[in-house]
Amino acid sequence: MPRQISDVHLNVHFLADLLFKNVTRFFAFLVLLLLAGIIVSLFIGSMPAIRKFGFGFIGSAAWNPVTEQFGGLVPIYGTIVTSAIALLIAVPVSFGIALFLTEMCPLWLKRPLGTAIELLAGIPSIIYGMWGLFVFAPLFRDYAEPWVISHLGKIPVVGPLFHGPPMGIGMASAGLILSIMVIPFIASVMRDVFEVVPPLLKESAYGLGATTWEVVRHIVLPYTKIGVVGGIMLGLGRALGETMAVTFVIGNAHELNASFLMPGNTIASTLANEFTEAIGDLYTSSLIELGLILFGITFIVLALAKLLLIRLSRLEGKRS
Amino acid sequence: MISVHTRRRLINLISQIGSLFTVCFGLFWLSWILLTLLQHGIPGMSLSVFTQMTPPPGSRGGLLNAIAGSLFMVTISTLIGTPIGILAGTYLAEYGHKGWLSPVTRFINDILLSAPSIVIGLFAYEVYVVQTKHFSGLAGSFALGLLVIPVVVRTTENMLKLVPNRFREAAAALGTPQWKVITMVTLRASRAGIITGILLAVARICGETAPLLFTALNNQFWSNDINRPMANLPVTIFQYAMSPYEDWHKLAWAGALLITVGVLGLNIAARTFFRHHRPGN
Repeated sequence: MPRQISDVHLNVHFLADLLFKNVTRFFAFLVLLLLAGIIVSLFIGSMPAIRKFGFGFIGSAAWNPVTEQFGGLVPIYGTIVTSAIALLIAVPVSFGIALFLTEMCPLWLKRPLGTAIELLAGIPSIIYGMWGLFVFAPLFRDYAEPWVISHLGKIPVVGPLFHGPPMGIGMASAGLILSIMVIPFIASVMRDVFEVVPPLLKESAYGLGATTWEVVRHIVLPYTKIGVVGGIMLGLGRALGETMAVTFVIGNAHELNASFLMPGNTIASTLANEFTEAIGDLYTSSLIELGLILFGITFIVLALAKLLLIRLSRLEGKRS
Repeated sequence: MISVHTRRRLINLISQIGSLFTVCFGLFWLSWILLTLLQHGIPGMSLSVFTQMTPPPGSRGGLLNAIAGSLFMVTISTLIGTPIGILAGTYLAEYGHKGWLSPVTRFINDILLSAPSIVIGLFAYEVYVVQTKHFSGLAGSFALGLLVIPVVVRTTENMLKLVPNRFREAAAALGTPQWKVITMVTLRASRAGIITGILLAVARICGETAPLLFTALNNQFWSNDINRPMANLPVTIFQYAMSPYEDWHKLAWAGALLITVGVLGLNIAARTFFRHHRPGN
């Protein structure tokens, strides 16, 4: 009865198909659950602090484990300042690197150079931290900071941003090291989006006699601006949550300083330094609330980055 | 008054010099960091680094327990994260043409890919350390495993999508059930790419410090018990580098050199491997 046998076979395969599909679906779902789990568990963990301090937590600069007064303003401020410094340096540099790799680089140099820049992304964060603390900070203190303080410190308005004794460690050096760390991320996204520009457009412009700069300025950038912003947001997301490199060089001081040269704290470095030593529920849960805030900010930034990049690829799909 | 032509040429020249300068800027930091590592790391290297335990300040020792602990945790977390990542990535690539689950998962996965690793550590602390009431090597592996998943999901999906549809159609035309098409044809065709993804994921977690700080903690001694705090290289480097002791700094540099060589080696190995085994080759 060959027919029955084949029926059995079909049934087995039908079941196996169903099983395989649902197993893979379950694991895809697990990724979603992971996100939900992170949000819920951090929320539960920070409940005591949320109940005690409410929304005032974000605006309060207090941080006193003895009297159990906690506020998130200092680390939030530090996180934003260091990331802003990082972007200020990393964006133009990444743009230059992407420009070089897509428009100017000889073909034989393209791959080794691309790999070298990506290796910069591969170096573990803790290595940047050690290098920053032992090598970079002393040089920064002896050569760069005295100059900055004596020159930029005198300018009205922006002067107070550059006051203070030269210490080497502080928000400025943390921002600088962060910028080196996010350059590869931003540069590789920019390079990838620059490469989606149809050669036809660029060649037409070159054919009309445009210079490389004019092609980039008037063809490549307008075509890819959404993607470029997406890449910058991606770098920002990385900078906000970077932990070890910042922990080494920021100085870990719970003070609100206008000057970039003074030590400060970021959310991630506060967590790295204090979490295992935190005593008492309120202390621990305040730290977890900081983690929740960090996750919230990076989530929004990364989601925006992703949405922009998706929009670029949709636009591209429509045009071609 | 310079002519329009000269002005355009000049702007172009300036932009090109600027662009060249930024490349040198990037390479400058890369080479400075690597040179520093070699300069401080090589003097600290010796046989005892691989054969002795982490010492108390003032005495000689090595990093054996930290290296072993790191290798152990990286292995366990890869074993946890890889199958989950491959299966989820398979769903996204092979079944994810309709419905809401796959676009949402893809989106969330990309965010988890860049999410701060210290938050992943907090999560592992909340769901594992708090529940079991002790820091442990297993909690560290759990945290690292969570970091492996998004990398593997992403590469698996991308690699499966590179497999030409005619492979699937040919197999289906022979009457092959879909689960067999996927496991025997498409996953097999993209094996090299998936292995590359796993190597990159391992490279990423090797140097991760933040998620281990409050999960695996650290241990000055050799530990065979996965339910106890476990020594590991990144946290040891962190503690030793932050300490005031000169001989601890030396060991920290040796460890830093080890990790960087390992991570960059894995990165380069992954790229070379992929180049030689690209699908279609």
